[in-house]
Amino acid sequence: MNVELIFEKSSPGQNRYRLPEPEFGTNISIPEKLIRDEIPLPDCGEPEVVRHYNNLSRMNFGVDNGMYPLGSCTMKYNPKINERLSRNPSFSGLHPFADDANIQGALRILYELSEYLSLITGLKDFTLSPAAGSHGELTGVMVIKKYFESRNDRRGTILIPDSAHGTNPASVAMCGFKVREVPSNSSGDVDLDKFLELLDEDVAAMMLTCPNTLGLFDRNITVIAEALHKNGSLFYADGANLNALVGRVRFSDIGFDLMHINLHKTFSTPHGGGGPGSGPLGAAEHLVEFLPIPAIRKEGKKYITAYDRPQTIGRVHSFFGNFAICLRAYIYIRMLGYNGLREVSDTAVLNANYLMSKLKDIYNLPIDRRCMHEFVLNDKGLPNGITTNDISKRILDYGFHSPTVYFPLLVHGAMMIEPTETESFASLERFIEIMKKIRIECDNEPEKILGAPCQTPVGRVDTVLAAKKPVLKWGD
Amino acid sequence: MSFTGLSPDQRAVMLKAAGVSKIDDLFNDIPAEIQTRHIEGLPGPLSEIEIERLITKTGESNTQFRSNYMGGGAYNHYIPPVVDEISSRSEFYTAYTPYQPEVSQGTLAAIFEFQTMLSALTGMDVTNASMYDGATSMAEAAIMGARINGKSRVLVSRGVHPNYREVLKTYGRASGLEVIEIPLDGGVTDIKKAAELINDQTSSVIIQTPNFTGLIEDIESFSRLTENTSVITIAAVTEAMSLGFLKGPGELGASIVCGEIQSFGNPLNSGGPYAGYISARKDFVRRMPGRLVGQTLDTSGSRVYTLTLQTREQHIRREKATSNICTNEGLIALRAAVYLSLTGVRLKELALLNHRTAVYLKNRIAESGIEIVNNDKPFFNEFIIRPENHEKFIKEFNNRKIAPGIDIGRYYEEYRGCILVCATEMISKDDADEYYDIIREAGL
Repeated sequence: MNVELIFEKSSPGQNRYRLPEPEFGTNISIPEKLIRDEIPLPDCGEPEVVRHYNNLSRMNFGVDNGMYPLGSCTMKYNPKINERLSRNPSFSGLHPFADDANIQGALRILYELSEYLSLITGLKDFTLSPAAGSHGELTGVMVIKKYFESRNDRRGTILIPDSAHGTNPASVAMCGFKVREVPSNSSGDVDLDKFLELLDEDVAAMMLTCPNTLGLFDRNITVIAEALHKNGSLFYADGANLNALVGRVRFSDIGFDLMHINLHKTFSTPHGGGGPGSGPLGAAEHLVEFLPIPAIRKEGKKYITAYDRPQTIGRVHSFFGNFAICLRAYIYIRMLGYNGLREVSDTAVLNANYLMSKLKDIYNLPIDRRCMHEFVLNDKGLPNGITTNDISKRILDYGFHSPTVYFPLLVHGAMMIEPTETESFASLERFIEIMKKIRIECDNEPEKILGAPCQTPVGRVDTVLAAKKPVLKWGD
Repeated sequence: MSFTGLSPDQRAVMLKAAGVSKIDDLFNDIPAEIQTRHIEGLPGPLSEIEIERLITKTGESNTQFRSNYMGGGAYNHYIPPVVDEISSRSEFYTAYTPYQPEVSQGTLAAIFEFQTMLSALTGMDVTNASMYDGATSMAEAAIMGARINGKSRVLVSRGVHPNYREVLKTYGRASGLEVIEIPLDGGVTDIKKAAELINDQTSSVIIQTPNFTGLIEDIESFSRLTENTSVITIAAVTEAMSLGFLKGPGELGASIVCGEIQSFGNPLNSGGPYAGYISARKDFVRRMPGRLVGQTLDTSGSRVYTLTLQTREQHIRREKATSNICTNEGLIALRAAVYLSLTGVRLKELALLNHRTAVYLKNRIAESGIEIVNNDKPFFNEFIIRPENHEKFIKEFNNRKIAPGIDIGRYYEEYRGCILVCATEMISKDDADEYYDIIREAGL
C-alpha cells in the first residue's frame, strides 16, 4: 500500500479552521502585483490532519518503541521530565531579542550548563551556539584557522584518521584546509609511525574521535597529544562518543585543546528524527578568545550576553543556539549529578562489552579487544551472498532498529553496535537471541534474509531508483 | 535520578561474561594517571520533584510579557495544539535520522510534505529537509552559489537581518568568500548601488524580503538585474508567514530562496531550536547542501520515501561534500508540515490578518503623534517608529509587562532612537488600542 500524503486527502472546502475576525477595517497597503493568487497548500479538516500524522507516526520506530543500537548515535532513553519542563512558557515564550535583564533565568541555564561541560571535560569555556555536532566541528575548525592566523602561521593541513566521521573532513574542507588521512593499525589504534611521518610543520591540527568509531580508546592517545603540541599543532576531539567516558576521564587531561559535544547523544536530548540537536564547542584557555559571540558571562549576581571578544571568529547562529535543547541537557545533568553520569559511562561500556562477548562467536569481530561503548562486527564469512545490508533489514523484522551499517569505512561491511546504558538486561538478551537466530537463518533459510524485511510497515525500499529518477516533491 | 536498567545481580553476570572482575577493568586502556575519580562543583543528583521545582523557580526570573511586539526574525505566532500533540508522539521525536526507510516512513513522508509545501510557498522547484536556522541557511546558500558559478564575491543587502549578515561573514572568512554590503535607500536596498557593485567576480546578490526594517523588497527588479548573467539572486525570508500572502520569491525570479520557518508552529524558545531551509531551481539540486527526501518504490511496488541524492553528502563524499551538515532540524520541519496542513488554505487569510493588524497598530501609533519611519513604502507586519525618547518608551511599556518592539538603533546608525514594531495575529484590537493608550498616558 502506498504511503499516503496529506495532499491526497485535500478537497476544496474541507478546511474549517477559524481565524479571529478583526474588528477593525483597515486597508491592505501592499501593491496587487506582490500578492499571491492562490495558496498551494492542502485543504483538510482538523480531524483528518490529526489522523494523517498519527498514522504516519505509527510507521516510525523510535527509542520508545525498542532497542536502537545505532552505533555512534547514542540512542538512549529520553527522560520525559525534560520534555515537560522545556515546554514551560516561562522559557518557551522568551524572545531572543529580549534584554538580558528580562531573560535572567535562560541566561543562567546557559551559563551553568557551559560551566558543567567545562567541569566534565576540563576545558576552560564552552560556546553553546552550534546547533549540531557538525556545526560544532565547523566552528572548531574556524577557531583553529583563526588561531593560526593570529600567530601569522600559515599552516594548511589537518590530520584525520581513516576511522573518522565524514563530517570531520567535510568541516575541514569548508574552511579551506587540506585533509591528510592517517591510517589505523590492525588493533584499531592510530598507526603511530605513519602519524609521525605525516606530522610536519604544515599540520595545524589533528581531529580524533575519542573513543574512536571502532569503539576503542586509542592507547597511544597521550603520545599523539604530546607529539602534536611539540609540533605546535592543536588536538581536536570529536566528542560524539563522550557517553563512554563521561565522568571517567577529562578530555583536557588527555591533551585535547578543543572538542565538541553532542548534547543529543551523551546528554539525552531527543534526536527528533534528524534534529534538533546541539553541538557545544569547548576550548582550552589559549583558544577561548577565538570562540564565537555572544559569550554568556556572570557579573556579580547578573548574567549577561557579551560581545567583547576582539579575536572571535564571529557569530555562527541566528541567536544563542538551540536553547530548548540546552535546557533539556541541563536538567539531565542536574538530575544525574557526578555519580549518575559515571554510572552512565560504566553501564554503557558494560552493556557493549557484554553484547560483544556474546556476539563475537556468531559474527566476525575484526578487532577483538575490549571495547568502550560500542563495537564493530562485519559480514565476513556470511554464506549465500548475504551482506550487512541484508542482516540490517532482517533485524528490523524482529522489532529492533538496526546497527549503523557500512561505517566506519575501514571495516568492510561494518555493523556498528551501541546499546547505550538505558537498555535492560532482558532487552540485551533478546537482541543476542535474535542475532543468533538470524545467523542460523543465513545458513538454513537465506531467502528470509535476502527478502527482508517483511514485518515492517513497508517492504525493502529501492534507494537506487530514488537517486536515478529524483522525485523530490509531490506532483513532480 | 538514573535511567540505567541493570540490577546488581545482572551486573555481576555481565562482568563475568565480559571477562573482568570489576567495572574499572573495562577502562584499562585509559592511562591510570588521567582517570577521574570525582568532579568538584558538579551539583546533583536531584529527583524529578526537585528538578521541577528548580526549573520552575529559575523560569520565574524571566520576565513574562503580557503582549509582545518583538519580531526581527523571531515571531510570536499562535501555535495550534495539534502541532504540539503530533510532535510529542515519541515515534517521531525519539527516532534518529531516517537511515532505515522501512521503519521511518513517518518522518520521511512528513519531510517530503515539508519539501513540497516550502517549494510551493517559495515558488521554487526543490527544497531541502531543513538547515540549522535562517542565518546558517543563508550562509550555506551563498557557499552553494559560489560552488555553482565558481566565483567568490557576495553582495548582501544591509536590509538583511544583522545577525544573518554576521554569520555570513563568519562563514565567508572561513571559506574564502568576499562579503560586501549593499547600502539601503529609504529602508530598501539601493538597486543602483547594487548594479554598480556587481562585477565579473560576483557570485550572488542576497536580498531579504520583507527586510529587517519591515519593508517589502522588489525581488523582481533584482532578479532582472542579474538576468542572463551567472550572478545568482538569493532571496532570504525570515518571516515565513509573509509567504502566505506575498508571492514566492521564486515567482519573482530569484534562483535560490533561503530562510527561517520558526513562524510555522514553533515557539520563540529564546532563539532555538528553529529551522532554516534552502529552496532552489531544479538544475541546482546536486549542488545543494543538506538532506533530501525522495519518492521511490518498495519491493511490493508501493510508493514510499527515502533519503536520496546522498552522494552530495559528507558521509559519502567526505571532504568533497556540498556541506558538512548532518543532523539538521527534522522535528521543527515536521512541526511546520503539520502547521501548514492544519492552517492550509487559510494561511493566506492568516497572513493577511497579520498585515491588517500591523496596519491598524501603525495607524493608531501615528494618531498619537509618533513618527512612522519610511511610511510611504509597503510592509508586511513590521514597521519602524521614532518616539521622542526610545529608552523611556521601552521602560514604560516594560513596566506594564509589554515588550513594545526591538531597539533597532543598536543595529542601524540611521535608526538610532527608533523601535522596530511587529504585530502578528496574537495582537487583538484591544491590545493595539492599549498600545496607543500607554503612549498617551505616559506622555511618550
